[in-house]
Amino acid sequence: MLATRGDFIKVATAAGLTLGLPLGTAVEADAAGPVAPPLSPSAWVQINPAGAVTVVINKAEMGQGVATALAMMVAEELDVPLALVSTQFAPADPRYIDPAWGDMVTGGSTSVPDMYPVMRNAGATIRAMLIAAAAQQWGVPAATLSTKAGFVVGADGKTASYGSLAAVAATLPVPSAVALKPATSFELIGTAQPRIDLPAKLNGTAQFGIDVKLPGMLYASMVRSPAIGGTPAHVDASAAKKIAGVKDVVTTSRGVAVVATTYWAALKGRKALHVSWNSGANVHVTSASIQAQHDAALAKPGFVQGKPVGDVDAALKTAHKTLTATYHAPYLAHATMEPMNATASYTGDALEIWAPNQVPLQAQKAAAAMTGLPVSAVKVHSTFLGGGFGRRLEHDYIADVVEVTKQIRKPVKLIWTREDDVQHDFFRSGSTNKLTGAIDANGAIVALHHHVAATSVTARWAPQFIQNQQDSYAMEGASSTPYTFANFASEWSPIDTGIPVGYWRAPGANANTFATESFLDELAHAGGQDPVAVRRALLAGNPRALAVLDAAVAKAGYGRPLPNGHAHGVAMVVWAGSIGAVIAEVSLAKKNAITVHTLTVAADVGQPINRDGLEAQLQSGALFGLSAALYGKITFANGAVQQGNFDTFRVLRMDEAPAIRTAVIASTAAPTGAGELATPPVPAAVNNALFVLTGKRYRSMPLSEAIV
Amino acid sequence: MIALFINGTKHELDVPADMPLLWAVRDVAGLTGTKFGCGQALCGACTVQMNGIPIRSCSVAVGDVAGQKITTVEGLTHDGKPHPVQSAWHAENVPQCGYCQSGQMMAAAALLASTPKPTDAQIDDAMSGNICRCGMYPRIKAAIKRAAGVA
Repeated sequence: MLATRGDFIKVATAAGLTLGLPLGTAVEADAAGPVAPPLSPSAWVQINPAGAVTVVINKAEMGQGVATALAMMVAEELDVPLALVSTQFAPADPRYIDPAWGDMVTGGSTSVPDMYPVMRNAGATIRAMLIAAAAQQWGVPAATLSTKAGFVVGADGKTASYGSLAAVAATLPVPSAVALKPATSFELIGTAQPRIDLPAKLNGTAQFGIDVKLPGMLYASMVRSPAIGGTPAHVDASAAKKIAGVKDVVTTSRGVAVVATTYWAALKGRKALHVSWNSGANVHVTSASIQAQHDAALAKPGFVQGKPVGDVDAALKTAHKTLTATYHAPYLAHATMEPMNATASYTGDALEIWAPNQVPLQAQKAAAAMTGLPVSAVKVHSTFLGGGFGRRLEHDYIADVVEVTKQIRKPVKLIWTREDDVQHDFFRSGSTNKLTGAIDANGAIVALHHHVAATSVTARWAPQFIQNQQDSYAMEGASSTPYTFANFASEWSPIDTGIPVGYWRAPGANANTFATESFLDELAHAGGQDPVAVRRALLAGNPRALAVLDAAVAKAGYGRPLPNGHAHGVAMVVWAGSIGAVIAEVSLAKKNAITVHTLTVAADVGQPINRDGLEAQLQSGALFGLSAALYGKITFANGAVQQGNFDTFRVLRMDEAPAIRTAVIASTAAPTGAGELATPPVPAAVNNALFVLTGKRYRSMPLSEAIV
Repeated sequence: MIALFINGTKHELDVPADMPLLWAVRDVAGLTGTKFGCGQALCGACTVQMNGIPIRSCSVAVGDVAGQKITTVEGLTHDGKPHPVQSAWHAENVPQCGYCQSGQMMAAAALLASTPKPTDAQIDDAMSGNICRCGMYPRIKAAIKRAAGVA
């Protein structure tokens, strides 16, 4: 297992082992035992006799800063400087499950909320054991001892480093309960810290999945059916096999892989392949056919979600004024910067996988099923992820390489081209949203009905979460808003198209919030009301959300005069227990050229962990939303995606990126999700500013096309 | 054999002349800091410098740059000292996933070498070929200004 171990250590080094620590502290079960056992009372943290603190990260580090946040939780309770803490990515192993998920899953903005009690407890536990060790050595009561910056400190000022106490502490019982610090005592949590992976990400040593290299490893590229879901019918590999460097051509369940000594040879071999396809069930699917399905579904009642509030039908009949509008959100690709890839080595009785992935235990289980190996014979190692955004909650790209290595019994790295990545995604579903609302004679919103037609991710990904067609995940941002309406109902119409859909940053909410928040603006203007005033009225029962809206208003200077030709638009969201508000300042610099000058993001996410990491996530989330709002669009013809690379699947670039201002509500409440929060409100905030500028209401994304 | 001077070291690479520089650098020379993003010179993740000029290594055949001086992210640090761009990236805590940042820094370093005090428009112009899906553009811009010593 030398190759395994060596590779794991390389990843660990990339993750910030900058102190020349002994690497014998690797957390893998098969690691050679170090000379003296580390103090390791939990799966999450250990201290070796040299004083090195290693925190095990059970979450995918895809940019959201989770490794830093989890390390800070431990370091806070352990009373150790963050600079002395290094991190390692956990392998796929039930020891490292997130207790709230019962699985190793990085998704839904849950990592910080779920791991907050776990990691703090792990830090506090090990601290208590170090104190107990010092108390024993010094013959004093533990209660007389304190800790500071990696040392236990006696009442008389005597000190002992954690490293010097680790061996003794390791012989002591693990306390069953430890007290956690009150938030008022925090020295680290809530401060701004540099990312723990920063050095590795600045000098090229951070190891992403695509960087994995094994002895004797081959490279593969796989061609898939243009029509999604098609399978290989006939393969003529004769020309491909003549390309220098091509070693093998492997037909798999959903494609044909060319295996070669270099990736370039694999690509050249792929170009020389002649494959005909069984196009499968989707060959007649077009964007228009999907839209027709949505429209037909919206013409009929959907599944009512939750318990309606009041009586929407009655309110609409008696209202001063009613409005109905239909909004459209397109399909989207994730387009992580690192294209899908995975590396695997199958030997006949064992399988080892290295992959940038958000669900390593699920990938392990699937690979075991594919190979017929017991789960215990399948090792899955995590690397850095070059972006996730929900795409790597799937393990299709791991299955691809497992099929290949199983056939050739050699280590192989399969890298998707950008076109593969865009065309064979699990897409953000297109969404059609029909809303009806009513206002009274004073312009107050008195009723809202929201009917969503889209394809459910959760029905496939976690069907156990859906009972009686209550799909709260698909209905985020439609059924769940920060507002209280006197009369409210929502309906869900799941659409089966054959096109695979997946979670995409703030799933459900990213499309539904565009509709909800644009339509609230329509109602506000119909009643002659200021959009912020209308929302404030709807937030009377939600002071926490009202504070977020007011913070955004203050930070953006909403209501104050703007430069000529500029306008503000506002939108809100509730996501993963957090509340966000975005105010966009927009102009049309040239005719139909949308220029977003600033996005102001206000957020209440409970207790911030890394203040700078939170800031970065709000910035990132906002610009991810802006990219989709302005440009994002995947369309289908003959069951195939019509976009391919960044020329046709356009994303935001630097010259289009606005300044981001953030306002974070001070809070010591338990932390809630932050990584997706800023994405959903941005499209509607921009759209609502466009209405002020043009007097026209745009009801489909991407807005850069809608406005033409 | 194709000879390249990568980060000051001569590499004799046994590769076909039509192999993109990117794959020669990553798979053969073993320098994986330079990333694959699109293969079409559309995203900038593969940006390296040739004789100080930023190029998209995914779209340059290695045979066309034989004998040239190539600098990758691994060569930004000089004599153990971080490049000013790396220091500025550190101070601004720029990366999120970090995958695009090698290319971003190589493009930024080339910009500052030719334009030591760039304006916002010059930064946009030089950097808009480099995509960051994490949306760290404001931090990248701030880091470039910090490295340039401009407000």
